[in-house]
This record gives sequence, C-alpha cells and structure tokens, in this order.
Amino acid sequence: MSQIKINQEKVNPQIAQALIELCPFQAFDYYGNVLSINAACKVCKICVNKGPAGVCEFLDSPVITIDKSQYSGIAVYVEHRKNTIHRVSFELIGKAKELAQVTGETVSAILIGSNTGSMSEEILKRGVDKIYVYDDKRFDEFNVETYTSVMENFFQNHKVNVILFGGTARGRSFAPRVAARLKTGLTADCTKLEMTPVGDLMQIRPAFGGNIMAKIKTLNHRPQLATVRYKMFSEPALETPHGVVQKEDTKSIGITENIIVLNVEEKPQASDISEAETIIVVGRAFRKQKDLELVEPLRKKLNAEIACTRPLIENGWIDARRQVGLSGRTVKPKLLIALGVSGSVQFIEGMKESEFIISVNNDPHNKLFEISHYSILGDIYEILPKLTELIDEIRQV
Amino acid sequence: MKIITCIKQVPASSKVNVDPVTGVLIRDGNNVKMNPYDLYALETAFLVKEKNMNWEIHAITMGPPSAKKVLEEALHMGADKASLLTDKVFAGADVLATSYTISQLIQLIGNYDLIICGKQTTDGDTAQVGPEIAEFLSIPHVTYVKEILEIKDHSIIVKSSYDEFDEIIEMKLPALITIEKGFNVPRLPSFKRKMAMEKVTINVVTFKDLKDQNKDHYGLKGSPTQVDEIFPPIKNNQSVLLRCSPEEQASRIRDLLKDKRYL
Repeated sequence: MSQIKINQEKVNPQIAQALIELCPFQAFDYYGNVLSINAACKVCKICVNKGPAGVCEFLDSPVITIDKSQYSGIAVYVEHRKNTIHRVSFELIGKAKELAQVTGETVSAILIGSNTGSMSEEILKRGVDKIYVYDDKRFDEFNVETYTSVMENFFQNHKVNVILFGGTARGRSFAPRVAARLKTGLTADCTKLEMTPVGDLMQIRPAFGGNIMAKIKTLNHRPQLATVRYKMFSEPALETPHGVVQKEDTKSIGITENIIVLNVEEKPQASDISEAETIIVVGRAFRKQKDLELVEPLRKKLNAEIACTRPLIENGWIDARRQVGLSGRTVKPKLLIALGVSGSVQFIEGMKESEFIISVNNDPHNKLFEISHYSILGDIYEILPKLTELIDEIRQV
Repeated sequence: MKIITCIKQVPASSKVNVDPVTGVLIRDGNNVKMNPYDLYALETAFLVKEKNMNWEIHAITMGPPSAKKVLEEALHMGADKASLLTDKVFAGADVLATSYTISQLIQLIGNYDLIICGKQTTDGDTAQVGPEIAEFLSIPHVTYVKEILEIKDHSIIVKSSYDEFDEIIEMKLPALITIEKGFNVPRLPSFKRKMAMEKVTINVVTFKDLKDQNKDHYGLKGSPTQVDEIFPPIKNNQSVLLRCSPEEQASRIRDLLKDKRYL
C-alpha cells in the first residue's frame, strides 16, 4: 500500500499546526503530542512536498506495471436509441482520431444492437478504421448488464488501449459498470483529453468540487476509460469511408434478464439549449422568479434561448433541462450572454467553448469574467432596464 | 427486509483555489454537510418504511471519523442503523477503490434487499460509485430513479427520469437504485428521533473487519486513476472589462450586439 508516514520525533506543536493548516482535506489530527493522519487523506502529497522538511514521508510499495505494448487502439462506444445514433458518439470519434495521431493507433467504433447495418454506414463516414459489430436480436434493447458482458468480451478479444463513452444519462450508468467489470479506472465528464507518445491518456476535468482542474491518468491499468459530455468536442468532417466492418461472434455472450423495461413514456420535447445559437444565461443575482421577466425583451429581440445555473434549478424557477454546466447541458452557442452568473468551474466547463461571451456581474472577482470576451461590471437590475429602453428605440427606428 | 443507503459528507462550499505561487490547494475551512442528493435517497428509503414497518434502514458512509456526523443526521431523520467505514488504508481511493471498499462493507452487513444512493455527490460529481458498487455485488442497477412504484417479494418497480423520456422498470431484488433529486421532500432531523436514537451507536468498520485483507485493493494503491497535477482553469486574456455607468454599459452592449448583427 502507499501512504504518508509521519516522523513523530520531528513533530512539535508549531509543526503540527502548520501541517493542519497546509492540508486542504483536514486529514491531520493532533492529540496528546501525536500527529496522525485520518481517512480524509487523499494522498495528494502536499505535506510531503510543501510541508516542513522531513516530517512527512511518502511510502510507496512496488508498483505492478503492465506491458503497455500489449494494448493498442482507441475505441468509441456508439450509443444509439432505436438505431438512431447519439451525436456525442461522432464527437468522440473526432477526438479519437486526434488522439490517435500522437500514437498511430487505429480508431474503432463498438456497435451493439440489432439490424445495425445503416448505423455502420453512418459511422464509416466519420472516418473510423474499424467497426466491431455485435449484432444480435437479443441485443435489440439496451440492457446494462448484458451490454457490460459484451464490452468485457470485446476487451478480452481486442485489448484496446482506450474506450470512450458519451456522458449521457445512459453512458453515465453504463461506463462505471464496464470499469468495475474490467477493474480499471474511469474518469467522468472529461473536458479535455490528451495523449502521450507512450499511449497514456491524460484525462482533464474539474476536481474536488471546486474551482480547480485536475489532470488524471490511468498508468497501470487498461483499458483507459473516460466519459465526455455532449457538445464538448466537435464532430469530424464527413469523408469517404475507408474502414472495415467486423462482425463479432455473439453466441458465447450470455444475456442477463434482471432488468425489464415495462413502459417508456416520451416527454414533450423542450427546445434543446445544446443546439441553440444564442443563449442568455440567468444566474443567482436574480433575487426572485418574477425578476426573470426583465430579460424577456432582450430574449425576444435576439430570439435567444433562456438558460440558467444550478441554484435557479434548485429554486425550481426554470425547467431542469435548461441548466448549463457539467451537471446540466454543455453548450457552445455563437453568442452567450451571462447575467449575474458568478461562474463555478462546473458552469464554465459547460460553456467555455461558446464563440462570444458577454457577462454582466457586480463582483469584479467573479470567475466568469476571466473567460468572457466582454465583462461588464455592474448590477443587472440597473443595466437591464436601460438596455430594454435602448432596444425599444431600435424597434421604433 | 433491509435497505442500505449510501451517503457522503461533502464540503459545504465549492470555494477551492490554488495558490499561484506554491501550487497549494486552498480550501474553505472545516465547512462540511451531507451531500444534498443523499437527502432524496434517504427520503426514498423512509417512504418505503412508512408503508411497511418491517423494513430496516441502514445508513452507511466512508470517510474520516468526523463523517459520523452525517450518519447521526440520517439516524435523526429516520434510519435505524448506521455504519462508518474509516481507515487510513482507504486514503486516496478513486471511484473504483471507493466502490470496492463500500461493496465490502455491504457484504459484511449482508442480507440486503435494496441499496439506495443519491444520483451523484457535489464534490466528485461523477455519478459512478452507485453503478460500480452494483457491479461489484453482481446485482442490477437503475440510475435517475424518481419514484419507487411497487416492491414485490422478489422484484421492485421504479420510474426513472431521463431527458427525453421516463421509463418504468422492473428489476429483480437485491438491486441498487440511484435517486434523482427533487421528486420527494426530504424530512428534517427531528428532536423526537434524536432522543429515541440516543442509545444507538454507530458501527465503526475498519480495514481489519473486511473480508478482503489485501491492502493493495484499497486506497491509493487500489486506485487505477491518479491525479497527475491540479491547476486553475484557463483564463481568456483578451477580456475587455467595462466599468462605467449603467447607461453607458447598456449602450455598449447594444452597440456590441448591433456590430455583430444580432440587433
């Protein structure tokens, strides 16, 4: 096991206090002149690297390394519903092709279902080298346990280096099951992926629930798994297919019937903010629901979609499908106007690809200003009414 | 009949910054709370018990000794038993190691029919631990459940909520569900229950109590993923900051939108 060891003979009350203050996770306890580490420790090694010299030591037992040359290929799990492919799968194929340029690996798609022929054609146009097809009547409906067995079979036979999943509701339920079956790492909702020449996938995402990004790696386990939200990456350009479709044997894969879908109730389709070209995001600066009406003239004029941050969803003011951020929707409109949004990292990672960002906030230190093209330091309650007047003037002209 | 609810203590504030000089993570004090999504998971369990008093609700968590607090809260809301997994052997666990450790505790508790988790935590935000626990226990799972419709002898019927549709699903027991927020109203801890639960002690479980005694399966060592580095989010250096009167600001926004042909 790996852990932090404290050299007690070097500990005094001042040093203990310094370490307690240094640790971001409150993992030090100091009682009766003994400094100890509790289970809150994340082994971030700050105490070793930045603490008083020689007090904390990192003890590491030998790491079992794997032969990485045994694993090759970047695969994308193709998500579909009733044989309509979710576009996040295409975005992932685009990213896989970029990553593969570093290592020269092949890019493949994993397609599970029945009557998959037309889906294969669509996937080939996105420029994959290979599609592994598990076509079987028994796979007609998505079943998380059965599909996990398919993925296990796939990995045993093809030993790929990386598998990417869309961070959809289904992907977020399916990918962890696959990770636990294959006893490997999985990073959720990556906002950036990079490849090293030796084939290590660098998975970048917000971490520790705060305004901080982490670069995560899976050094000694394969496959390396990651989910990515829809609209985080761009779809690849269509090309003349060059890939091959490889039918896989499905007979040996058992099905599990613990879960039966009794009924599906379609919801009325709300206009989807992920697709919108112009978005106005309202944030916590709005003091009550009725005040949202202040935005209406601008929204009408711009023909924009209204979106919001998490607190407004929690207040129940706006349909949850309109939340921007990693726990809501990822958006990349041509124009995004943020009104009274302070910009948590969760929010920013869900909209930072927007082409042009204007934000209004009365706090000069808010994080959103740091990525906005135009930052307007002021009160929405003062600016919006003025703006409405100015817009009305345009109409009269 | 037994329900196990998995809960977690999380930072109450998301104010985390990196000191630009030292690279040290700065977190906002000792402020912690129960993961808000877990309140809906607990409430779902309490609603089952309201219909049938034969159910026993066992709340569990993994964390430092101070995480006891969330278990006490769960007991005061309506849980019957509580277990805390704590050991520095578990330190530095990623999703896989965390899920595995919790599945070890669940097997130690045993005889469970249903496991209920919140849909995700506000600190990790991965929503992965629930499904991974289910896989380690070889039981089925359904995510984003908004309501339990019926519990039969050997199966459960739930309604799950997705963006485009709701699904009614029947699943064999034992099973794991993760609960979508906002479809029930979590109760508050009550003084009456606090008094009633005074004698209930929280069961503390450490590494030595678990069946798998290979330390390499826990904590940092049992974690395939490792944090390579942490850094502040990227800034856009071309930002223009407008500090002027509201009138002027409004007219600048108007001009900007006009220039870009939005108006």
